[in-house]
Amino acid sequence: MNEDDIRSALDTFITEARELVQDFEEGLLDLESRADGPEAVNALFRAMHTLKGSSGLFGLKHLVAFTHVLESVLDELREGRLRVTPGLVSALLPCADHITVLVDAVASGRSEPSAAEQQVSERLLDGLTPFQGGAGPGAAPQPPPPGAARTWLLSLWFGPDCLRNGMDPLSFLRYLSTMGTVVRLITAADALPRADEADPERCYLGFEVEFVTEAAKSDIENVFEFVREDSSIRILPADSAVEIIEALPDNDRLGDLLRQGGVVTDLELDRALRIQHTADAAGRPLGEILVQERIVQQPVVDAALSRQRKTADGRSHDNQTIRVFASRLDRLIDLIGELVIAQAGVGTADGVSEEQAHVLRLVEEVRHTALSLRMVPIGTTLRRFERVVRDVCVDLDKNVDLVITGGEAEMDKALVERIGDPLLHLVRNALDHGIESRAERERAGKPVRGRLRLNAFHDAGSFVIEVCDDGRGLDRERILAKATDRGLIARTAVLSDQEVYALIFEPGFSTAEAVSDLSGRGVGMDVVRGAITALRGSIELRSTPGAGTTIQIRLPLTLAIIDGFLVGAGDSHFIVPLDRVTECVELPADAWGRSFMHLRGQVLPYVRLRQAFGLPGRPPRRQSVVVIEHSGQRAGIVVDQLLGQSQTVIKPLGKLFQDVRCVSGSTILGNGDVALILDIDALMSQHVARDRLAQNRSNFVSSMSGTVTSAGRPGEWDATATAGH
Amino acid sequence: MTAAAPARLEIEGELTILTAAEYHEGLLRLLTGGQDLEVGLAGVTEFDTAGLQVLMLARQEARRRGVPLRLTGHSAAVLEVLALAWLTPDLGAAA
Repeated sequence: MNEDDIRSALDTFITEARELVQDFEEGLLDLESRADGPEAVNALFRAMHTLKGSSGLFGLKHLVAFTHVLESVLDELREGRLRVTPGLVSALLPCADHITVLVDAVASGRSEPSAAEQQVSERLLDGLTPFQGGAGPGAAPQPPPPGAARTWLLSLWFGPDCLRNGMDPLSFLRYLSTMGTVVRLITAADALPRADEADPERCYLGFEVEFVTEAAKSDIENVFEFVREDSSIRILPADSAVEIIEALPDNDRLGDLLRQGGVVTDLELDRALRIQHTADAAGRPLGEILVQERIVQQPVVDAALSRQRKTADGRSHDNQTIRVFASRLDRLIDLIGELVIAQAGVGTADGVSEEQAHVLRLVEEVRHTALSLRMVPIGTTLRRFERVVRDVCVDLDKNVDLVITGGEAEMDKALVERIGDPLLHLVRNALDHGIESRAERERAGKPVRGRLRLNAFHDAGSFVIEVCDDGRGLDRERILAKATDRGLIARTAVLSDQEVYALIFEPGFSTAEAVSDLSGRGVGMDVVRGAITALRGSIELRSTPGAGTTIQIRLPLTLAIIDGFLVGAGDSHFIVPLDRVTECVELPADAWGRSFMHLRGQVLPYVRLRQAFGLPGRPPRRQSVVVIEHSGQRAGIVVDQLLGQSQTVIKPLGKLFQDVRCVSGSTILGNGDVALILDIDALMSQHVARDRLAQNRSNFVSSMSGTVTSAGRPGEWDATATAGH
Repeated sequence: MTAAAPARLEIEGELTILTAAEYHEGLLRLLTGGQDLEVGLAGVTEFDTAGLQVLMLARQEARRRGVPLRLTGHSAAVLEVLALAWLTPDLGAAA
């Protein structure tokens, strides 16, 4: 009705267009790696065709022209006149990218291509010329020669809200006439109510169309892709009259149409109508009568029935998902967060009544359900790398198979979106530095084709993504040499393999002798680690020289709520993420002035929270140590009080506190107090770094000088780490 | 049919979903007056399904009330849609 509605229809188009392009791209890569099944080619063709059709509806002529050429190339494939070759796939892939660019431009409000975009379009289409059959590039869809064409009966009843949603049924008719010939059309006004009862913005009109075209049924269906949901769109070959009659039994005009189309003769129709008007057949659908009177044969009916069933199946499948605005979902999660906070308040009162306990249980369930709404499978993100792997391999002249496992594992949508870039970097890195060149692999007696595996799975409350390559592995000596060069470690330092490998995540570290333009884009592994840490995740690396490297990223399942462990220091409250806590012990009385203690015969370094945050006042006589896991090592945090487990809704810190380290967020406790959520990794690395680098004036600048632990003994941490393995 | 001079409504600009409600109401009001009605379409620049529906509703209402309704001066936009919907004889000048 208004601009907003048209905009929202356009938004739907943009979302679907992007999905179609992605399907298209995945389909292409599939096509290249597997034998070209007709289904795969059909799917590609459909994707382009749908895109063309829907672009036409929004008057995006440049997209129509562009996709039309792609469509005709795919048609050549479909008809078997063209074979799948790497050359063809390479010519088509950039087209997919270009469509994305064009769609993005539409999304930003530009319905005409820029000159540059137009140029790219032309260049890409030129590249497709060798693959095209007779039709020249950019040619408008030709009306088919009458010989090969079939007659279809289309019964188009658009949803009542289609006008308000910015869909004009007439534009579909216009588009149809580009696909074939509209032989006859009846605008059915039967459903028009009395004028004084009518809502002029509601669609009451239906269209019965007799349509001659060469296009397949699915192509005609695709024209109506965007309105199918709330509309009644029936597309039938003119010879299966039963179905169309059964579908709309009360529509006299349909009878007219059938008769005019010569599907049912006047005589037959009259007979059926007479029967319908006799007393004992009153109310029976015309279709049934036609069948009973053997005007139409049983096989036609069977086919019609099976098609009907199929449509019904398809529809029930469609109903399993629903598109929701992310902002509304966020609002819901936010509210549930508030509910959880309020619930914590109820819980702190002495004793809980049975009713309250029930409410608490329900709140818990609602929380779970709400969080699961945000969960999406990671497969889509992982599959995008097929393209990356292909392109990079072409550039590097390597052969690498990408294997994706666990794509069905689900994680928070916000995380999925933010993990893409770090993963991309890791994948590029593995291809560039990890996997050897073909010659080198051959010399090492390995299969010439490398293998890169992306694996995702759930593990004890976290989400794990692994990037495994079967390349040369990390070179311990080279990393050590480099790190020493750069002053990252002392020459005398004794490091475990694990620690050596962890060095590549330090800022300014890159072992590649020749920096290629692939992974040497000035983005180091430290940025990857930073991104992962910002998502409250951790990154770990295992490597076997000559056999490969596995990088494991561990992420929380959601960013919205964590199970926290509440501790107190001074007057302040802090939250330690519960999954990091392994145990709590009492701080030994003789621990004054030291930064480590002995725990079951092992050395446990610790950080005093009071010192770390410069809290005033004297610590109580008895303090506790929360033992946590930090990159596979144990460490302690000294606190005043242990206050127990608490469900923590994470509220981001304001802009003002952006630069505060060691704190990843805040939360509101049941009693209204604010507690800071500790960023364990930042807290630890800051102190570890200080410990280890005390001697060589590291480039780690602590933003919180004065908060470090008392006199560190550099050897201690290393000793622990080695012992811990 | 009783009045000497027919009432006349000149539609200018869009007759689309954006203006359908307004013209629908206007046409209904004029038809209630019981006068002959002439609707000028020469100034219609854009015409869509909603616009088409407004005219069809008006025609139906006119018939119900026995009020003559004439559509005149069809603009190119209107004619294109009528042709597309195969309604040219129905909603043509003599409707």
